[in-house]
Amino acid sequence: MAYRAPDFFDLDEMLTEEERLVRDTVRDWVSDRFMPVIAEAYRKGTFPEHLIPEMAELGVLGGNLDYGDFPRLGPVAYGLVMQELERGDSGLRSFVSVQGALVMYPIWRYGSDEQKDKWLPKLHDGSAIGCFGLTEPDHGSDPGGMETKAVATDDGYVLNGAKMWITNGNLADVAVVWAKLDGEIRGFLVEKGMDGFEVMEQRAKHSLRASVTSELSFQDVKLGKDALLPGAKGLGGPLSCLNQARYGIAWGAIGAAMACYDEALEYGKSRTQFGKPIAQFQLYQNKLTHMITEITKGQMMNLRLGRLKEQGTVTPFQVSMAKRNGCFHALEIARMARDMLGANGITDEYQAMRHMCNLESVKTYEGTHDIHTLIVGREITGLDAFA
Amino acid sequence: MEIIVLIKRVVATDTRVKIGADGTSIDTAGVQYIMAPYDEIAVEKAIQLKTEAGEGKVTVLTVGPNEATKELRTALAMGADEAVHLTVDGTLDAAATAGAIHAGLEGRSFDLILCGKQATDVDDAAVGPRLAALLDLPSVAFASALTIEDGKAVVSRENEGVTEVYEVDLPAVLTAQKGLAEPRYPSLKGIMKAKKKPLATDAATAPENGSTVEALNLPPARADVVTIEPTPEGMQQLLAALRNDKKVL
Ligand SMILES: Cc1cc2nc3c(=O)[nH]c(=O)nc-3n(C[C@H](O)[C@H](O)[C@H](O)COP(=O)(O)OP(=O)(O)OC[C@H]3O[C@@H](n4cnc5c(N)ncnc54)[C@H](O)[C@@H]3O)c2cc1C
Repeated sequence: MAYRAPDFFDLDEMLTEEERLVRDTVRDWVSDRFMPVIAEAYRKGTFPEHLIPEMAELGVLGGNLDYGDFPRLGPVAYGLVMQELERGDSGLRSFVSVQGALVMYPIWRYGSDEQKDKWLPKLHDGSAIGCFGLTEPDHGSDPGGMETKAVATDDGYVLNGAKMWITNGNLADVAVVWAKLDGEIRGFLVEKGMDGFEVMEQRAKHSLRASVTSELSFQDVKLGKDALLPGAKGLGGPLSCLNQARYGIAWGAIGAAMACYDEALEYGKSRTQFGKPIAQFQLYQNKLTHMITEITKGQMMNLRLGRLKEQGTVTPFQVSMAKRNGCFHALEIARMARDMLGANGITDEYQAMRHMCNLESVKTYEGTHDIHTLIVGREITGLDAFA
Repeated sequence: MEIIVLIKRVVATDTRVKIGADGTSIDTAGVQYIMAPYDEIAVEKAIQLKTEAGEGKVTVLTVGPNEATKELRTALAMGADEAVHLTVDGTLDAAATAGAIHAGLEGRSFDLILCGKQATDVDDAAVGPRLAALLDLPSVAFASALTIEDGKAVVSRENEGVTEVYEVDLPAVLTAQKGLAEPRYPSLKGIMKAKKKPLATDAATAPENGSTVEALNLPPARADVVTIEPTPEGMQQLLAALRNDKKVL
């Protein structure tokens, strides 16, 4: 069944022609190239790596960055890309988010010219993959407490520590690793194959199965002076990256919700029970109405967020709210869709349960639901729950 | 190599068509539009020919409503160089469309005109050949392969299991069949660059429609599927049905 993207408030009209074209292109690509392979990739627990060159060719990797001959997408176009990718699978969007917002962005924003020229073109054309190491086994919501440490030597640094839950870890040619240097958080570019740098895939997952998640460990890894990102000092460095990625998640989560809604709607119209299409029953309609209402609200919030970003006036609190809201409702919508599909809803012939399982991760990573509650709460009350 | 590609904005091929209140057009509420798929093939082929030639220009031209800029931009994003938009209100039949294109081509030079073998909305497959007649140019419809050799087009088309190969003087009008090229996705960079490419808009000068739509009807609903068990009794049932109901035996 062809995907019919819901747009109840005709928000299409508020997009520019380029924004619509960008969205439609990625939407078509996901339908044609990604949807036929995702169910099996998810079952096997692998990321469809063979599609990386095509994604690169489209230009989605770091496509919003103002560098070289990149497409330089505006925030709304970029958000729409995320929405469409996650309509396919959260793992696909995660791959692109990590590459663009968590690896290319810090190199672009905080890197030296040499670092930029060495990595950005390759990360854009997909010939190099990156990962972002912030979370540690004992420090998730509290990354400021990290234990990974760099010590300066005559010709560079020595890195020790471990990172966990690192998306793209086993695929990565370069890892942006956050570590304390003289007590201050700094970013380092650690390359695949360096002595003492080990990567282990975390395969036992019920969620984001079509995404690679890994543990990184560093044992006396010797880094040159050129491994340090000169521009990032303190927790603000990684948080600024997360802010980019959270923006994409806000859009992406709504994309997953749109997929679930479309599936539940089509299913309800064609599945008959008690001699009627189940979509004719009031309870079924109640669920559909709830879903489309929350999707529409989420779409409007994202679009406004994108326009604020375009103006340069967006705040991290607004991004937190949209990430929190998008994930919360997307997960609820996915659960509803799963239920509305009955027994079929638990199979991988349908998408709802895959999205539902994925969204548990999406709700957790890049700041859990509760952490974003407290970030918004601190902003509106002036009182700090983390203090 | 200057190539003009004719494209049409059509209702998306996966649309579940509903007939409008007037009974002569489709209900366009919530309908999505795309560039007709065979036109996309023509655009792709034109871009490939230009790339192979190492020089030249690909111009896309449409006769269509204001909204058809989207389809023109898509072609520009794929790699066409320029676009011409001949705007119309309402719908034109194949003769009027060919006439409008003919008028719009006045003063434009070209070595080749390519278009889809048919637009997937009305499926007339007539605009290309009609335009060729108006321009008094050679034409091959349903081209499934095309190369340019010594200033001539070598065109293949499949016809009832036979492959016909034509050598055609240029300029010519060719219509694209599946297999001529595999359309690319426009790249995001291409999309962002497309807005800076020239797009000329002009009201179309079209002759009167020669035909009018009197009525649109949906095809009759398909009859229920009858399942016959793979048993000896089932075989008897099947034979009886083929003999008596369907009268094919
Ligand atoms: C699939 C996947 C991919 C990931 N990819 C990456 C990656 O690429 N790079 C990376 O660095 N990290 C990544 N992460 C890690 C992710 O960002 C963390 O899991 C997340 O920040 C939460 O940390 P935690 O798991 O340690 O949970 P904890 O911080 O231990 O939280 C557990 C629970 O306690 C709650 N809690 C914690 N602190 C408070 C508080 N102060 N007040 C109230 N409640 C609180 C949380 O809301 C949560 O409900 C990934 C995670 C997953 C699941």
